[in-house]
Amino acid sequence: MKTFKIGGIHPNDNKFSAGKRILPVALPKQVIIPLAAYLGAPSVAVVEKGEKVKAGQLVGKANGFVSSNVHSSVSGKVVKIEPALDASGYKRMSVFIDVEGDEWMEGIDRSTEIIRECRLTKEEIIQKIHDAGIVGLGGATFPAHVKLTPPPGKKAEVLVINAVECEPYLTCDHQLMMEHTEEILIGISILMKALQVERTVIGIENNKKDAIELFKNRIQARSFDGIEVVALKVQYPQGGEKQLIDAAIGRQVPSGALPIEVGAVVQNVGTVFAIYEAVQKNKPLIERVVTITGKSLLNPGNYMVRIGTPLANVVELAGGMPADTGKIIGGGPMMGRALMSLDIPTAKGSAGVLFMAEDEARRKEMKNCIRCAKCVSVCPMGLEPFLLMAQGEREMWPEMENDRVMDCIECGSCSYTCPANRPLLDYIRQGKFTVSGIIRNRKTPNP
Amino acid sequence: MNEQIHNPAQQKSAEKLLVVSPAPHIHSGDSISKNMLGVIIALIPAYLVALYFFGLGALIVSITAVISCMLFEYLIQRFLFRSKSVTIGDGSAILTGLLLSFNLPSNLPVWMVVLGALVAIGIGKMSFGGLGNNPFNPALVGRVFLLISFPVQMTSWPRPIPMNMQYLDAETGPTVLAMIKNHFGQLPETTDMLIGNMGGSLGEVSAIALLIGLAYMLIRKIITWHIPVSILFTVFAFTGILYLVNPETYASPLVHLLTGGLLLGAIFMATDYVTSPMSKVGMIIYGIGIGIITVVIRVFGAYPEGVSFAILIMNAFTPLINAYIKPKRFGEKIKK
Repeated sequence: MKTFKIGGIHPNDNKFSAGKRILPVALPKQVIIPLAAYLGAPSVAVVEKGEKVKAGQLVGKANGFVSSNVHSSVSGKVVKIEPALDASGYKRMSVFIDVEGDEWMEGIDRSTEIIRECRLTKEEIIQKIHDAGIVGLGGATFPAHVKLTPPPGKKAEVLVINAVECEPYLTCDHQLMMEHTEEILIGISILMKALQVERTVIGIENNKKDAIELFKNRIQARSFDGIEVVALKVQYPQGGEKQLIDAAIGRQVPSGALPIEVGAVVQNVGTVFAIYEAVQKNKPLIERVVTITGKSLLNPGNYMVRIGTPLANVVELAGGMPADTGKIIGGGPMMGRALMSLDIPTAKGSAGVLFMAEDEARRKEMKNCIRCAKCVSVCPMGLEPFLLMAQGEREMWPEMENDRVMDCIECGSCSYTCPANRPLLDYIRQGKFTVSGIIRNRKTPNP
Repeated sequence: MNEQIHNPAQQKSAEKLLVVSPAPHIHSGDSISKNMLGVIIALIPAYLVALYFFGLGALIVSITAVISCMLFEYLIQRFLFRSKSVTIGDGSAILTGLLLSFNLPSNLPVWMVVLGALVAIGIGKMSFGGLGNNPFNPALVGRVFLLISFPVQMTSWPRPIPMNMQYLDAETGPTVLAMIKNHFGQLPETTDMLIGNMGGSLGEVSAIALLIGLAYMLIRKIITWHIPVSILFTVFAFTGILYLVNPETYASPLVHLLTGGLLLGAIFMATDYVTSPMSKVGMIIYGIGIGIITVVIRVFGAYPEGVSFAILIMNAFTPLINAYIKPKRFGEKIKK
């Protein structure tokens, strides 16, 4: 069975919410919609305090190419526009909307009817995706239209669909695939048209056999041409863009390059569903599936949540915060961020909320490096985390750059594996931050 | 109740303060002591064979070595380093003691064993700053110190006698490699070499027991195959060529593989985490180096056995190997 070639770990997957149907979450009293809850330049507010808005109405306009539109997820009244704490732990400019009723913008098709035909041109599709504010829903929240517009001279050959969901605990993508198989396949066809590629590979890890079967059957039954499903051996971090391309189509993206260098474009399966809704149903990205999970949680599950809904509202449905909670994580346990409270809004990149018990919440005491080389053998980028940490401790930035610190994808496999509990990734992350500053300065020297 | 109020941890939970730390938020549960314990478990088969063939002497030597290694580590950390945390609980001192004893003859006087442990822990390990910082394998530092200081005692090997109750007065004889070097004596049968019915240091004699230990460590993923296989293959190939050239003078490659502590060295000594290279290719280069130096010492050198020296010499090259041999990077071609 296919997988990526270098490194990798096998954490317990703990998918407690697997197979739980996606449940809608009641509208909250107020939503907080961040104007910059994605990677790129913040959008510019186009509504004012006191203005009435409908669900699906534009509230933040994309500011530049690598930026994205932001829409209201509810109908109601804008009460204020000011910074609010979000999942990243920073305060960002956000639109606060008090919910009144549930009135949607005209032209948005909210029925469950599946619309198969798409007569739009390549440019029209990309424009619609841009207008709908679609960003990568796998976690990086990179604006989707940017990936669909290869730089001049580069041509996409293969579309790779990331349906791996290699993070332990999370099941939102899996459940979406089970409930919206056909919509996702139509979304893929639309993307193939937008990119003008003949071939798509859907990479699914073998712990989701039901999804693999379902997709294979649907592709055959509805004769979707050029789409193939590849079952991948379960291994973290297979959902890493470079690892997935290696696993699914056997091409290695060169160090420092983007996937388009090897002719690949990767989109997350949740993003594909959002693209289907945007193109076929005129629906902007204003809700997403969120997994609420944890070992002590009463009722782990998958929920369809309007963007901006406070996470506390969603958690209530899952049985409330467990008494033994020591840490709350936004996202999965490997790459997610620890949250300071549940009073933050659901963002476009919020794949899950994970409750960890107190006994798991704290790191163990760090010991001397025993040079066991386990971090080296698990690193999916072929780096030497022990060395990068030692360099980081001594602030040896040029050496870190030389040892390819910028290649690190921050998957956390090294820290996960280290028998001495060394915080390898912490130092590497700091090194990446400093080294990227040094590289920027070199490219644009001060006058 | 009072206790609860004064306990800050309890207070925190009452206020529901959350832990906030960077990802990853889960850990494999692996630890230094688990790895050390794994190696110790892998040594059990060879230890049982040692107890069977060398009896009381093996028991006295091994227990002395383990206790003195732990004691010296404790004393040095407590009174020389004056450090609050003492690491004898991590199992590495126990392992050093066990491995040291495995490299000693079972009739070695207790005071020599204690001296060896002092050198192993004091000079081999703690003088560099403790576990993780030592460039040389501590157990081998202890053993080589004893070998050079007390060559007579360190090369008179008790004959294997089942359930032996003799210690210092044990009947001794040469090892197989010494017989070959000096051209005398009848070599033991291959089956005896496999099960360990031959003269030698405590833990080196039984090939089967050592290979069981290797299999266990590979399955538990405590070590990878690269170092032991490259050492054994190199020794086999090198001595095989010599044997083909002249079977009269040179012993067969099988004899070389099964004797002189090669398996003990290749499986347990050379694979020491701290002193071996980090990358897979580096491990293979290190293993080939050990194999070549071992054969050169055995066949052309003054000592009949060369595994310890070969490993120590290659230990010295480990930083150099680490600096030049990098693991295979993802996307080798750099895009500027």
